[in-house]
Amino acid sequence: MKRRVLPGFGLSLGLTLSYLGLIVLLPLAALAWKATGAGVEAWLHLLSSPRVIAALRLSFGGALLAALLDALAGLLVAWVLVRYRFPGRRLLDAFIDLPFAMPTAVAGIALTALYAPNGWLGRWFALADIRIAYAPQGVLVAMAFVGFPFVVRTLQPVLENLDREIEEAAESLGARRWQTFARVLLPMLAPTLLTGFALALARAAGEYGSVIFIAGNIPMRSEIAPLLIVQKLEQFDYAGAAALAVIMLAFAFVLLILISLLQRWSGRWTELPA
Amino acid sequence: MKRVALLFACVVSLAAPLLAAASGVTLLNVSYDPTRELYRDVNAAFAAQWKAQHGDTVTIRMSHDGSGKQARAIADGLPGDVATLALAYDLDTLADRGLVAKNWQQRLPDNSAPYTSTIVFLVRKGNPKKIRDWSDLIRPGVQVITPNPKTSGGARWNFLAAWGYALKQPGGNEAKARAFVKALYQHVPVLDAGARGATNTFVQRGMGDVLLAWENEALLAQRELGKGSFEIVVPSLSILAEPPVTVIDANVDKHHTRAVAEAYLKFLYSPQGQELEAKNFYRPRSPQVMAKYAAQFPKVKTFTIREVFGDWRQVQARFFADGGIFDQIGPGG
Repeated sequence: MKRRVLPGFGLSLGLTLSYLGLIVLLPLAALAWKATGAGVEAWLHLLSSPRVIAALRLSFGGALLAALLDALAGLLVAWVLVRYRFPGRRLLDAFIDLPFAMPTAVAGIALTALYAPNGWLGRWFALADIRIAYAPQGVLVAMAFVGFPFVVRTLQPVLENLDREIEEAAESLGARRWQTFARVLLPMLAPTLLTGFALALARAAGEYGSVIFIAGNIPMRSEIAPLLIVQKLEQFDYAGAAALAVIMLAFAFVLLILISLLQRWSGRWTELPA
Repeated sequence: MKRVALLFACVVSLAAPLLAAASGVTLLNVSYDPTRELYRDVNAAFAAQWKAQHGDTVTIRMSHDGSGKQARAIADGLPGDVATLALAYDLDTLADRGLVAKNWQQRLPDNSAPYTSTIVFLVRKGNPKKIRDWSDLIRPGVQVITPNPKTSGGARWNFLAAWGYALKQPGGNEAKARAFVKALYQHVPVLDAGARGATNTFVQRGMGDVLLAWENEALLAQRELGKGSFEIVVPSLSILAEPPVTVIDANVDKHHTRAVAEAYLKFLYSPQGQELEAKNFYRPRSPQVMAKYAAQFPKVKTFTIREVFGDWRQVQARFFADGGIFDQIGPGG
């Protein structure tokens, strides 16, 4: 029998399960329990309300777009940070984590100050009649901000371990640069990129603190689903709030499953060193 | 962050009996956002008075947040001794949960509201859009900043002030009030979650031409930001906002702090308390103190919730509940 690092499979599995149960499952179960307090009628009303649908569309549509932006920009940034050596690289590398560490309200206020029609950046957009803060575009900016580190940080270790000889082999076999990228590198990176994408997506869909400052919060236009939950709480409608939260969770769950299927499919011909 | 604040408050309250045993009494006053400056002054004055009269040290701790959030925190176990919130509705919800006596509003004079305020307009320097009254707010090209009445107590006063104004115009009726308020919210580009957020959007972000604000917030903003940058416009008719106070019966009985908590609230009605409220831009109930600060508070015609709408429970159900009038006519609706 092989010696394991951790003693006792039973003990470690037991601890794992109790920790998971306490930190993840218990709150979720409490949420589901609260949500059963909302009657069938309340559920149907929620699911058919145009305002709820608009808010869900903004939260998840915005999160998808933001995660896509993060995936594209994150791939480039991770590549630059791993493959090139330049002065200030380590400093830049440290900056990536800032959105993790910053209180979301601070991020929201800072982004709003930048992108408001009288802000440093916003005033130039205003000249071209483009609204960013106080519009759905602002929601996108905040979501992209909070999700960005996930993509970079998941890609970095994989990029570092990527064997350069594979690229050289591709080149020596006559592949052009874009062919090397699209047919050699990208398939190898795709599963990891999807992980980063999924994390950024999940973070953005549930984001409240930073979005709320920049969104404008106009119903049907720039109102995110978590804000509707807060509004229900404000009326002491705990069951309705929990029901809406369960709907959001269900959406997120389906999306994450789809992404993990996509991941399996994209990884079908590559065996990455785990 | 709210959780952390709650946890902190819990720790404070757990430690409170220990502190109390050592050095007198501790009260926790659960209040809403714009009263920070007011209660800083009131607490110091009350503690000095209590010490002089009883020889005991009383320490008053404060918790500030949106009024609705605070009511919810108390319902969820925040061990406040007194609640000093923005709307009677928030205290009604505590009465419904048995934390506060049903007759709380009759226990102290003036509907248990020792000070009042009203809703005024804050406009930019020189009043470039020539805003004089409510009817100017729905002129083309005017943008109005007011927070979301579903999440902000202050915003509910704004909404009701506009509704009451339209209702009380010559030939005014429900349909006209509805049309006016609907038109008004078409001019609102941003719905902040709270009153301070809306002030920030107007002052710092430069959004909008006019901010609907509590008079005390408008006067405070003017003092903090310099008289030159903003002007206050008092409309022809506004609402009398009555922020209520009460002891939280369930908690004072548990903490044995009823006597000092009741004295604290009575202090708010005393000449000294009224003076401090006026200094912090709340309209005092006492005619003498009001006369002394007449220069600060322009004459304004007001109506009360009771005169126009009935009580807060009815207001809440009719206007601000899900599917209520605000949802029907608010922006995007």
